Amino acid sequence: MSDMDEVVREFLVESREGLDQLDADLVALERDPTDRELLARIFRCIHTIKGTSGFLALARLEAVTHVGENLLARLRDGALALTPARAGALLRLVDAVREMLDALEATGSDGDREYDDLVAELTRLQDPDADAVPRPLGELLVERGAARPEQVAAALARQAGGDRRPLGEILVEQDGVAAGALQEALRAQQEGRAPASDTTIRVDVGLLDKLMTLVGELVLARNQILQYSAGRADPAFVATSQRLDLLTTELQEGVMKTRMQPIGNVWSKFPRVVRDLAVACGKRVRIEMEGQETELDRTILEAIKDPLTHIVRNSVDHGIEPPDVRVARGKPAEGRLHLRAYHEGGQVNIEISDDGRGIDAERVRAKAVERGLVSPEQAARMGERELHELIFLPGFSTAEQVTNVSGRGVGMDVVKTNIERIGGTIDVQSVPGQGTTLRIKIPLTLAIIPALVVTAAGDRYAIPQVNLLELVRLDGADDRRIEHVYGAPVYRLRGELLPLVYLTEALRVEPGARTRETANIVVLQAGDRSFGLVVDEINDTEEIVVKPLGKQLKGIAAYAGATIMGDGRVALILDVLGLAQDAGVLAESRDRRRAEEAERAVASETAAGRRSLLLFAVGQDARGRPRRRFAIPLSEIARLEEIPAERVERACGQEVVQYRGGILPLVRLTELLGEEAGAARAAPALQVVVFTGRDGAVGLVVDRILDIVEERVEVEQPVRQDLVSATGVVQGQVTDFLDVREAVRRAGALASARLEPAAVEG
Amino acid sequence: MGDAGRFCTFSLAGLLFGIEVRAVQEVLRSQAMTRVPLAPAVVSGLINLRGQIVTAIDLRRRLGLEPRPDGAAPMNVVVRTEDGAVSLLVDEIGDVIETSGEALGTLPDTLTGEARTLTRGVYKLPDRLLLALDVERALALPAAR
Repeated sequence: MSDMDEVVREFLVESREGLDQLDADLVALERDPTDRELLARIFRCIHTIKGTSGFLALARLEAVTHVGENLLARLRDGALALTPARAGALLRLVDAVREMLDALEATGSDGDREYDDLVAELTRLQDPDADAVPRPLGELLVERGAARPEQVAAALARQAGGDRRPLGEILVEQDGVAAGALQEALRAQQEGRAPASDTTIRVDVGLLDKLMTLVGELVLARNQILQYSAGRADPAFVATSQRLDLLTTELQEGVMKTRMQPIGNVWSKFPRVVRDLAVACGKRVRIEMEGQETELDRTILEAIKDPLTHIVRNSVDHGIEPPDVRVARGKPAEGRLHLRAYHEGGQVNIEISDDGRGIDAERVRAKAVERGLVSPEQAARMGERELHELIFLPGFSTAEQVTNVSGRGVGMDVVKTNIERIGGTIDVQSVPGQGTTLRIKIPLTLAIIPALVVTAAGDRYAIPQVNLLELVRLDGADDRRIEHVYGAPVYRLRGELLPLVYLTEALRVEPGARTRETANIVVLQAGDRSFGLVVDEINDTEEIVVKPLGKQLKGIAAYAGATIMGDGRVALILDVLGLAQDAGVLAESRDRRRAEEAERAVASETAAGRRSLLLFAVGQDARGRPRRRFAIPLSEIARLEEIPAERVERACGQEVVQYRGGILPLVRLTELLGEEAGAARAAPALQVVVFTGRDGAVGLVVDRILDIVEERVEVEQPVRQDLVSATGVVQGQVTDFLDVREAVRRAGALASARLEPAAVEG
Repeated sequence: MGDAGRFCTFSLAGLLFGIEVRAVQEVLRSQAMTRVPLAPAVVSGLINLRGQIVTAIDLRRRLGLEPRPDGAAPMNVVVRTEDGAVSLLVDEIGDVIETSGEALGTLPDTLTGEARTLTRGVYKLPDRLLLALDVERALALPAAR
């Protein structure tokens, strides 16, 4: 690589850093147009870019930054006031510079786009058509004793006389003001804000990563020595190993710190994002930040950047109301978006709260049902908190219109997945009318983590502590408390059914000899679901160094990596989320219904002979009583839906409904039975029992859902009537048991017979 | 550097294989191994190479040769790859053999299967044949699940 390339690269890196800060500064400046410190910093950034681009012969970039610099110089000297028009033009300048930098990186030149409009605009805005705020930089220098008032006056006169150089430059060059004094003054101005350039150095990230790896090795060696020294009586050796232990821990912390970056680096983009978005939505939003200096490992910082941006956008787009609505509700016209970050218990907490409309639990409920994410019955049972959690389900978005801002298919489910991928958690709290707060907890680093070590079939595995909820040990006598639902093991943990995964089965290894006497359950959190991992032995918790697996093993979802244990042997680190997905625990989590079914099924197993049944009515007699009562075992049903009659459409005479991204044919049970439809045909909503057969789903329309019961069926006798498998007494009334398989088959056949010609005709 | 024609040799089920010396990082005796459930069958496990975690590939399995007899401890030939070191498990380590001047011959047509695709060719040494292993291919496993 040539020296020139090196210079260009350096220029790109520095300029981009400056621009990121600039975005935030300009927006802050709009809020407080008299902030000289900000103006000085903005000016310097553009000035530096202009200077370097001149040196690199990037004529376009130089021309654009030059006019920008002129405008900034006049703003800085107080000759002009910062109006929204000027702020807007300056932000566009930042965008233009970014574009050119991108072009420079891609093609080696500053692009071929002309920015005549922008240049004209920036030039026009130099006209002092607005009130000046007279507080020149010179005054500041005088205050600090860096220059005499008459020097400043002379310099200003020069500027007025056409000297376009910045004031500081004139003072230094013409009037012999010490450059160091000027620098010092500027630096003092920035104290507490910008990093002190003299006490920091640039270090290649690769070097830091290497250091981290080496510290990881050291931690492992330390663990080995500690294990070795534990069995020794030599006091000198024991003392030395303890000292090594302490030093290693300190070194580990120190090196981890070098990779830490303040979260402010990510946040600095938000004022601009929020401003642009607020303007686009016709809203007024003030962004407040607290704890920008909170530090995170750079890999984690990188990972949370997009989720955070999404949340911030969501808040502005969906959370905060337009000014008139806010005023009508007695809130200030300007919405408030508050970001807060702080360390707590070895984790970083990030809170994003707004004072907007909050989450409308009822709308969430309606939406979730409409999207088929939960059944109406489930939704009806849900409390406010549970409803709020629904926003994290895939395919959920309450935005009534899809705006160009959010609602582009990237939803909160992606945010949640991304945060969980780095071992974090997210939850939401909302008070209708008062606002929403999202809380994110993430680990400080991913390189060295606390883990629980377990044994299965003679091998040790490490489980990241962040996934751990609790440990349960069952002695021989308790073993019966592992129950089975359709062959799937479950454990009753404080009344909840915990699905169990045997680690040996999940990894498809021969179970160890001693699995049956005692059982150790590691209760783990995977996504929004917990499950129990059954292992042979629970060993210990340990700080482990996460090491990646080679590419031959990358595709195995069950592992997050590997580590080296105190005895030098390798142990695999389990990926709890991947393991749960492999074992099918998570698939169920999306559908609480099945867990509930399982719960019922367990109940029916314990109380022998009891069955969960759905009761419904078909037809009506003259007195409005159901003509026939039917029962279906609940286990046969995929879902129950209430579908508004207006959502029913027709395809070639077949009634269909758009359902969960597909088309669900609807077949009236009365029709199958050859009964008269009765009044139900005109009902405002259809009661639909959804079945999933081999040839896809079909919805059976019944007249009225009566009840879901779980009871012993008194008399059950087989009958030879079409579509009825048996007749029994349920709740003291004679009830027909629908021959589900036959009904679904015929309904499917009926629907496809009607729909198939459509493909030919249409 | 004159390494071009030098091969690190090893035996597998009676056959003599070679890997170019410059691709080999080191040769180790049998190491403590951690098995990896769910991994492709050719992956024997993971070994700790001075703090580095190295995947060990059973070369007999990879080449479709008969399994190593029980109790026979394999040797590790650790090769450098872009993705870090990988260990190849072999029966026994042989000498470093100079092949410069020898031409790489094509494989006999009767050789089929994985052994054929993973072998670049054969050197006809005075006393025996040396099969040149295609390390890159040998390490490119069909994607794990």
